[in-house]
Amino acid sequence: MATLVTDPNLPDPDGFYERLIAMHEGLSDSESALVNAKLVLLLANHVGDPDVLVQAMAAARHGVAKPPQDGAPTSGGMQ
Amino acid sequence: MKTYTNPIYPYVRSRDQDGGPARHAVVVVGAGPIGLAVAIDLAQRGVPVVVLDEDETVSVGSRAICYAKRALEILDRLGVGQRVVDKGIGWNVGKVFFHDALAYRFDLLPETGHRRPAFVNLQQYWLEEYLVDRARELPAIDLRWKNRVEQVVPQGDHVELTVDTPEGPYTLWCDWLIVCDGARSPVRRMLGLEAEGQVFRDRFLIADILMKSDFPTERWFWFDPPFHPNQSVLLHRQADDVWRIDFQLGWDADPEEEKKPERILPRLRAMLGPDVRFEIEWASVYTFQCRRLPSFRHGRVVFAGDAAHVVSPFGARGANSGFQDTDNLAWKLELVLAGNAPERLLDTYDAERTVAADENIRNSTRATDFITPKSHVSRVFRDAVLALAREHPFARRLVNSGRLSVPAVLSGSPLNTPDADADFAPGPGAMIPGAPAADAPVTGPDGPWLLRYLESGFTLLAFGNALAPEAVEALAHAPIPCRVVQVGGGAVPGVTVIGDAEGLAARRYDARHGTVYLLRPDQHVAARWRVFDPARVRAAIARATCND
Repeated sequence: MATLVTDPNLPDPDGFYERLIAMHEGLSDSESALVNAKLVLLLANHVGDPDVLVQAMAAARHGVAKPPQDGAPTSGGMQ
Repeated sequence: MKTYTNPIYPYVRSRDQDGGPARHAVVVVGAGPIGLAVAIDLAQRGVPVVVLDEDETVSVGSRAICYAKRALEILDRLGVGQRVVDKGIGWNVGKVFFHDALAYRFDLLPETGHRRPAFVNLQQYWLEEYLVDRARELPAIDLRWKNRVEQVVPQGDHVELTVDTPEGPYTLWCDWLIVCDGARSPVRRMLGLEAEGQVFRDRFLIADILMKSDFPTERWFWFDPPFHPNQSVLLHRQADDVWRIDFQLGWDADPEEEKKPERILPRLRAMLGPDVRFEIEWASVYTFQCRRLPSFRHGRVVFAGDAAHVVSPFGARGANSGFQDTDNLAWKLELVLAGNAPERLLDTYDAERTVAADENIRNSTRATDFITPKSHVSRVFRDAVLALAREHPFARRLVNSGRLSVPAVLSGSPLNTPDADADFAPGPGAMIPGAPAADAPVTGPDGPWLLRYLESGFTLLAFGNALAPEAVEALAHAPIPCRVVQVGGGAVPGVTVIGDAEGLAARRYDARHGTVYLLRPDQHVAARWRVFDPARVRAAIARATCND
């Protein structure tokens, strides 16, 4: 199983961070949310490996509120 | 409605209403598409069937309209496929729009060499009428209209039914009861059985309109179009210049209000423009659920179609999966009734079709969550996918306006004999044990399509002269007989020889000279080998019928 790279892997961390913030320049919150979602989708497709994506999702969610129930869809609007 | 008049099938008194309870091998509850299909399938196998229906006509309103390739192939075997295709509207192409622009298009059947298209659209009442006509041709079917099942009491070796009629109630006994009485299934409730799953908090308006239009024969789906902001819309062509338009309304919509023409007409005019002339044929407001019975077999009571499982309409997985239920059930019940297989063969109907139902529910639920996002962030990702889809091919694969019905591959079934020869090519569409047989153009005495040669009982599909005449003879006279259909090669007594017109049969079945496939009566692959071995074929038939 491929492992999510969490050791430093960006050749120019400060330059990347600056571009990430600059990407949102002049956008409203909802426009920024859309751009972030597009970025996630583009990068996810680039990664491709489902094991890595699952690990990344778990790492992203870690420490934010309660973890979602195992395997269950989290949509809230159903009976 | 202008384009269709519901036929009336008169109530006729049955002899069973005089005297004590008559006993029948099989009673089917519900003369909808699924009940009629299972009755016709059984009757064609020589099993007499009584069909009870509380009504005296076919479906009121168009309801299920998309019949997938596999359903059409099953309907071919039941004798109504050609009428459905002739009357219906074949289509392969779908288009998805986001706001006012095309996001992407898809072709569901990019390869030729199949008898049937990916989908045919036809109003449910036409299909039911054809099935009723076919059922009436079969003396083994006793179709009783205005016969409402009031009570079901499972006994040890039979099921007792109380049936109400215009002339009062009577009692019937049957060895097996097949329940096809729809999503609200009164019989399911009588037996205290609950379907488990989700109800979606959304409402949809179906409007069938009569309209002369030059819209292409394609499935058009809009996300958040200017004429119906924030909701989705689906357009489909049906027979007789009737068009199905599906408007998502949201949970707060009032179903009674939304059904009124003064509410529907402005929606349609906004969509079609002020100059298009149309008339409303039928309209309905619905909600939907994705759920199924935990088990489709309860002793001598077997559930099929919507009575067993319901899905959202996105993906056309309702009626289409119901036909796969009946296709799976009929041959098994025939073998059990004839004493050629133990009753536990019917448990494999439950095992195979609950897996298929879960696959349909999973696909349908995913499509529903994409179409009607249930949270802000879900909506953001949905819109991001649609925005990316215009430029980036990867995102088109994420757009989900319904993953349209494809037949279940029964890959985990206990009836399969796993491959012993390791050199069959893997990959999607591979004819692995459990896969439904692929069609291909052929030449032969029964016409130009392969599936026509795989229609009754077990069939051994042999590529080249794989079997000696004695082996053919032995298979034909086994307790569970197996016919041999040979692709190419010289004549052998008792064998139907067909030609592989375009080489597609050999390619689709990854066949070499000597390759043999054992196909079940429902055309699913039971086993396959590179070399014929009579003992292995006998063992595979035994396994596929629970006789091992």
